[in-house]
Amino acid sequence: MSTQVFYFVATLSIIFSLMVIFAKNPIHSVLYLILTFFTFTVHYVLLNAQFLAVVNFIVYMGAIMVLFLFVLMLLNLNNETEPSKSPLIKIIGVIAGCCLVVTLVGSFKAASINSPLILKNQGLGLVENLGKELFGPFLLPFELSSLLLLAAMVGAVLLSKRDEVEA
Amino acid sequence: MENLTTQMAGVPLNHYIYLCAIIFTIGVIGVLTRRNAIVIFMSVELMLNAVNLLLTAFSVHNNDPSGQVFVFFIMALAAAEVAVGLAIIVMVYRNTKSIDINVLNRLKW
Repeated sequence: MSTQVFYFVATLSIIFSLMVIFAKNPIHSVLYLILTFFTFTVHYVLLNAQFLAVVNFIVYMGAIMVLFLFVLMLLNLNNETEPSKSPLIKIIGVIAGCCLVVTLVGSFKAASINSPLILKNQGLGLVENLGKELFGPFLLPFELSSLLLLAAMVGAVLLSKRDEVEA
Repeated sequence: MENLTTQMAGVPLNHYIYLCAIIFTIGVIGVLTRRNAIVIFMSVELMLNAVNLLLTAFSVHNNDPSGQVFVFFIMALAAAEVAVGLAIIVMVYRNTKSIDINVLNRLKW
């Protein structure tokens, strides 16, 4: 019965991500993206990756989505200003995407990795286990990512600041 | 919770691969067919998330926590990327009064 939960949530995430792409209004796109991320959180819970589920919930559905919504509201885009590509380009893009998915699925079918997913260690995705990994072998990348976040913060402030000399 | 995850053993790994391939492709189609810069950004986020889910699935399959640590780093990177990218979009909008990426077509050459 519980494997059906996976297929149900997987269908939902595919539907919502399609709606992200095909929604006319960018605000609707952001809202569907939030729903897609919520289904991904459910996937993480089903895989018993509880730390990632919480981080996904906080970072993606909290921080990143607030940023997107904030910028959309700030720019105040109307539907008339929303540009759209010519139908020919759209059809070509969809065909190219379909070719990509056919190639990927075909190659993975040839590899035929159909062993069922078994959670051998119940505590694999818990904070305790991941913390030991993060502060052990991955200590240097962890510290470097703090530098990356600092650089991104400085860069974002610098980019969005108005040039006082020219203005 | 424990009961639920032990019963999850039935899902084959290749179904996770198919799901992630489909969602990644949806992101690629979004990048190819939309002209709104913010929607293109959201498509990139979709692609990143598909890869995250696949890394987690393989980490559970191989019983190796390194995959989930990679996902954590990818999330930190995505947060930084979104902050800088949205700042660039705001600046482009301030200079051109539009977020149509075709305005920026002189970047091509």
